[in-house]
Amino acid sequence: MLQHYGPQLINLLASLMLLLAFAMLAQRRIMSLINLFAAQGFTLFLSTALVAWLTDQSHLYGSALLTLVLKVIALPWILHRLIRRLNVKWDVETLINIPSTMLIGIVLVILAFNLALPIALLAGTLTKGTLGIALACVLLSFLMMITRSKAVPQVIGFLSMENGLFFAATAAAYGMPMVIEFGIALDVLVGMVILGIFFFRIRERFDSLDTRHLEKLKEH
Amino acid sequence: MISLSGVVAQFTELVLAVLLAPLLTGWVNQCRAWLQNKSAPPLLQPYRMLAKLFQKEVVLAHNASPLFRAAPYLIFGCLCTAAAIVPTLGTDLPLNAAADAIALVGLLALARLFTALAGMDVGTAFGSLGARREMLVGFLAEPALLMVLFTASLISNSTSLATIAETLAHKEFVIHPSLAFAGIAFTMVSLAENARIPVDNPATHLELTMIHEAMVLEYSGRHLAMIEWAVSLKLFVYSCIGLVLFLPFGIAGGGDWLGLVLALPALLAKLAAGGALLALIEMLSAKMRIFRAPEFLGTAFLLAVLAVLVHVLLER
Amino acid sequence: MLATPLHDVLAAVCAWLAIGALGLLRVGSIGWATRILYPAGAIVGLGLAAIALRAIFEPAASMVLPLGLPDLPLHARLDALSAFFLLLLGAVSAGVSVYAGGYFRQTQGTPPGLICLYFHVFLASMALVMVADDAYFFMLAWETMALSSFFLVTCDHDQAEIRRAGYLYLLIAHLGAITILLCFGALLAGAGDYTFEHMRSLQPSAAWATAAFLLALLGFGAKAGIVPLHVWLPEAHPAAPSPVSALLSAVMLKTAIYGLIRVTLDLIGSPLWWWGVIALTLGLVSALGGIVFAAVQTDMKRLLAYSSIENVGLIFAGFGLTLIFHGFGMGALAALALTATLYHCLNHAFYKSLLFLCTGSVLHATRERSLGRLGGLIHRMPWVAWCALIGTIAIAGLPPSNGFASEWLLLQAFLFTPGLPHGYLNMLVPVAAAAVALTAALSGYVMVKFFGVVFLGQHREARLVEAHEAGIWERAGLAWLAAACLFLGLVPATVIGLLEPITRTLTGYGIGNLAQGWLFIAPISAERASYSPLLVFVVTALLVVAAWLLVRAFYHGRVRRAAPWGCGFPNQDARMQDSAEGFGQPVRQVFEPFFRLEQHAPAPDDARPRYSESAEDHLWYWLYLPVARGVERLTALVTLLQRGRISVYLAYSFATLLALLLFVR
Repeated sequence: MLQHYGPQLINLLASLMLLLAFAMLAQRRIMSLINLFAAQGFTLFLSTALVAWLTDQSHLYGSALLTLVLKVIALPWILHRLIRRLNVKWDVETLINIPSTMLIGIVLVILAFNLALPIALLAGTLTKGTLGIALACVLLSFLMMITRSKAVPQVIGFLSMENGLFFAATAAAYGMPMVIEFGIALDVLVGMVILGIFFFRIRERFDSLDTRHLEKLKEH
Repeated sequence: MISLSGVVAQFTELVLAVLLAPLLTGWVNQCRAWLQNKSAPPLLQPYRMLAKLFQKEVVLAHNASPLFRAAPYLIFGCLCTAAAIVPTLGTDLPLNAAADAIALVGLLALARLFTALAGMDVGTAFGSLGARREMLVGFLAEPALLMVLFTASLISNSTSLATIAETLAHKEFVIHPSLAFAGIAFTMVSLAENARIPVDNPATHLELTMIHEAMVLEYSGRHLAMIEWAVSLKLFVYSCIGLVLFLPFGIAGGGDWLGLVLALPALLAKLAAGGALLALIEMLSAKMRIFRAPEFLGTAFLLAVLAVLVHVLLER
Repeated sequence: MLATPLHDVLAAVCAWLAIGALGLLRVGSIGWATRILYPAGAIVGLGLAAIALRAIFEPAASMVLPLGLPDLPLHARLDALSAFFLLLLGAVSAGVSVYAGGYFRQTQGTPPGLICLYFHVFLASMALVMVADDAYFFMLAWETMALSSFFLVTCDHDQAEIRRAGYLYLLIAHLGAITILLCFGALLAGAGDYTFEHMRSLQPSAAWATAAFLLALLGFGAKAGIVPLHVWLPEAHPAAPSPVSALLSAVMLKTAIYGLIRVTLDLIGSPLWWWGVIALTLGLVSALGGIVFAAVQTDMKRLLAYSSIENVGLIFAGFGLTLIFHGFGMGALAALALTATLYHCLNHAFYKSLLFLCTGSVLHATRERSLGRLGGLIHRMPWVAWCALIGTIAIAGLPPSNGFASEWLLLQAFLFTPGLPHGYLNMLVPVAAAAVALTAALSGYVMVKFFGVVFLGQHREARLVEAHEAGIWERAGLAWLAAACLFLGLVPATVIGLLEPITRTLTGYGIGNLAQGWLFIAPISAERASYSPLLVFVVTALLVVAAWLLVRAFYHGRVRRAAPWGCGFPNQDARMQDSAEGFGQPVRQVFEPFFRLEQHAPAPDDARPRYSESAEDHLWYWLYLPVARGVERLTALVTLLQRGRISVYLAYSFATLLALLLFVR
């Protein structure tokens, strides 16, 4: 039964990833943004576990577990703590209004699918569309980082971009070697810590987390 | 082509929709009151309300035109036809050959046009304010609804609602990721179209924040009763569209008498669940500023477009 | 010589020309023109419609006219496509002519006899455009049409802004004419044969065909008012008298569509699919831009003019879809899209002329064009108001009107596109369908604004109480057009039957199976989708009547009249209703980047606060003004040649002569 619906389920999870990426694009509240990020991580965990089960590759269970621990529990927890410590719970205005951002997002999705199509045809994996969605997720997260001026949403965009990359790896190549995955996980964690320190420094310097203030640092 | 069971199903469905619509409104109000820890009004309160309004005298403004007096019946008629098109019990409906999903959207838009025109007819400040806001909600919600229905049409290769219900309920079960996008878009659209909380508040008494209520401020007596009934019918129609697209199980196929009988309890159960969900969403969200409404609906519209795109990309 | 339909058409054209010439007999007499000549013109229009209706189903006939230059006679031809557009012209002009009989009254600028001449020459030239069968004849008719309509637009030439509108119109019309001329040049392929027969027989190379198509798109697009060549439309339509605006918008824009279809599908014959993408994109941009601009207008005729841009945009979108399907060899779908396109042409002709004529009646009754000074006219002019309501429902594309029928077909055509053998296109088409849906919904918004502000509510000015109902001639014209709108909406199967011979000749496919009997229409197959407006209408009407009767039977029918509820605020007056600006405000806010906004808000301590706002077109500043400035700079260079001394000018001629002798030899 599950074997039969497996590819369809992966498609469903892939579109959930895309849906969550769009939801993050359209979200103003930082708290909801973090929750959406956690949800995206959970979807990633589900899809990785499913791919592991469908293709019988045990090392993928490991990466699924890693995803669960790191992206669903650890990073959201750190982010929540940061928000509380920095006291930046309020809404963030986007640089471009939300429907326009989403319109650009739709164009990106179309582009991503067409770019990924030739590669996906070669890959011969479970489903053809997932690589396109993964690429679309990466581009959408990028777009989110561009359209936000506050530091925390930008970091969430960065993390969600990594989600997209990871999804691309599981969907197109059945995961990467475990060593690389651990390396990336460590990188993300360390990056998070460094960015956290940056947050404090930025706020100390400018009394705000608006990264537009960083323009002042440029030499005249 | 037209079978006896079809005619029976069609007629039952229409009568059922007209009679059950206030009950659904009553149920949603009750659920909302429970969730808010209030003592709930009785389930049959909307019927009592209608009976009371019908008894009352109509007070017309001096400069109300014939259009103002005809509008309640026209709106009611449009929504009745819309209710007759949406399959609730069986998929074998003779009227489905005459009007498909696009025509359904058209009928709902026609009802909205008459409501808005009636709101402008007396020429008070609030009437035209309500009409303007209603059309603002409408011009974004209507294409969004159309795109949601297009997603289902592309899946089932037909814009006929009966065929859509047939495909989704009785063909081999397939997971459609596009319906996830369509579902969220549809929920947002139905909230806005039925004057529900994030966009409008059906229980408001403050004219400045009203949308729908501002438009019908001038109505009274039997006219108001027709409008209120039509509002209930609209909620019913939207709920049934939602059920057809996202929870079609239990709908009887053509010529299936037993299925028709069994479809009624299934429909009631699904409607009860849908109503409770609606109350829950309303409870959890806060009313937004009217200037945020275009953004909310624009998001719904784009999500619906994405649903069609995802179908084109993933499901073929 | 046997009298073929073509002869009858030419006879009708001659009759129109004769009626126009008769207007010159008594140039200053208003009664002669309105009581005799315009009704006679209407009868000719009806006759033309009847001839064309018959001719649609007959094989194409052509003839050589004993007119024209030596060795360059004029060719005429009547096939299904021409006959269809002649039907449109005849039927619409019949209504407009009857209305014009009641409309033109006091002499304003141009004397009535002269207006009558221009009017009928305009009608005749449009008919000739549709039967012309060589490039020379076509351009002759085309330019006559442009010139006669220019004189009609500038009827009130004592006003400077109307002269300016006329000038802009003439300028863009000529720009279009030049590109059409070049397009025919590209199609000739160097041979000296100007007949369409010759062009049809040629198989132009892809490059030449593309050049011809792009030139045709530019030239006919300028006439049709497609973005970015639309700027003349909202200026010229309000400037003209209402019957003329109705003809301009309803029929003249369609001659451009006719020309484009003729050149692309008939003369070139084998379109490439990506031409369709260009037409589709231009169409959608025009449709969305047009309707968004219509929403913020405060002048009722300008609002309708922008709505014409929207409708032409939709027609172009349908045409683009036809080309895409045709280019990929999907003939049946191309036939479906072409049917939707032509059907929309017919519908737009009727409802837009109906609405323009309604604004004419309002203008006559109130002397007011600005929406902000109207209101409540349903009480004073119920006949016009109810006709306008039919037009409103039709233009908003709501069932069971004719506007909905064609939009339904167009959306069905879009729904078939996932079968296209091209990746990007496959994904872009849903987005295009969404744009069409958004446009249709916005047109509902605009039409509620139009009808609600003009006819409903309270009178915004006290003197509107004196407004009077339209005269009997005007009402007859309105009733004819309104009835046509209802008819076209309720029996789409009949209309589709009319279009079958056209699609069969142009795309090779009939759409006979589209009409399932006379009651239903269904594209491709009935399982896919079917629609029966008559059934929907009857069921809804029955339900409305049943509801009314039941309420009457069970409850009392008492009514008490009272003042409207003031919401606790005692001093409500008519000025507190939404103005036209107020009603357009949400659209202006949502689509802010579309406009070049200028606002003047009063200061808080202003004793006489005035708020003004203008929403202008970016294109005017981005495209037209730079071009105009460039042209001015170029012409400034020419003034260097101007010396004012005869001997210098003679020297120029001498130098030219020498140069020619040296180089040409």
